[in-house]
Amino acid sequence: MKISKMQELLEAKVLCGEEFLGRHVYSACGCDLMSDVLAFAKDQAVLLTGLVNTQVVRTALMMDMNCIVFVRSKKPGDDIIKLAEEHELVILSTDKPLYVSCGLLYTNGLAGSKEVKK
Amino acid sequence: MSDNLIFRFEVLGNDFTSAGQASVQVKKNLRQLGFDSEIIRRVSIAMYEGEINMVIHAGGGVAEVIVSEEYIEIILEDTGPGIKDIEQAMQAGYSTASDTIRSLGFGAGMGLPNMKKNTDTMEITSTIGVGTRIVMRVLL
Repeated sequence: MKISKMQELLEAKVLCGEEFLGRHVYSACGCDLMSDVLAFAKDQAVLLTGLVNTQVVRTALMMDMNCIVFVRSKKPGDDIIKLAEEHELVILSTDKPLYVSCGLLYTNGLAGSKEVKK
Repeated sequence: MSDNLIFRFEVLGNDFTSAGQASVQVKKNLRQLGFDSEIIRRVSIAMYEGEINMVIHAGGGVAEVIVSEEYIEIILEDTGPGIKDIEQAMQAGYSTASDTIRSLGFGAGMGLPNMKKNTDTMEITSTIGVGTRIVMRVLL
C-alpha cells in the first residue's frame, strides 16, 4: 500500500517526509512496546504507535521501516521529527485510535506481520 | 587481522534519548560498505538491543564492532551491576527493568533472546558488581 493511501484512509497529517508519500509499505505493526516491534515485526512495514519518544524512530530505523504513524492525536516533539527527517522517514499523525487505524489499513488490504509462535 | 575494520563507541548511561545512536551509525557504516540488507538488519537489531540494555541497566559502556572477512562481531562491555542469573535473563519475558523503562516501550524481557536470535554466536560473561561483556557474531 502506498503511504499516500494510508494517509487518506487515516485522515492523517504529514509531519515529515512529504516527498516520500509515493513509497510502498508491505505490512503493518501496531504496538506501543518497542521490545516487541524489535522481536516480531517484518521489514518494510509501517509502525503504528501511541508511544512518543526518539526510540520509536530508532526502532523503526533498525527494522528498515520507512513510515511511522502516531495514533490518538499524539504529537511528537521536534527532536523526533528532526531525527526522522535526517533518515528520510515519513511521519504521519492521526486522531484515530490504534485499533481503528489498524482495522482501516487491514480491511483495505495491508497485511499484518505473521503469527507469532512460542 | 590488520585488515579488520573497527568501530568504537562510548554509550552514555544517563541518556535514554540518545540511546541507540551507535547502532544507527553502525547501520549506516555497514550500508556504505555494501553489506547485504539482511546481515545489516541482524547486526543492527542485536546491537541496538544491547545498547538499550547498557543504558537501562548498566549506566552505559563501550560498544565495539569489528568487521572482518568472515564475520561481523559486536562487543558490548559495561561496568554495571552484572547479571545475577544469565540463564534466567535469557528467558523471553524475564526482566528486571523499572516501570519507567517499561513506560518508554522497553523492558519486556525480549532483549537478550532477540540478540541471540539475530546472531550466530553470543557469549555473555558477567560478574556481579564488576560488569558484563557480551560478544556476538554474525557470520558472513
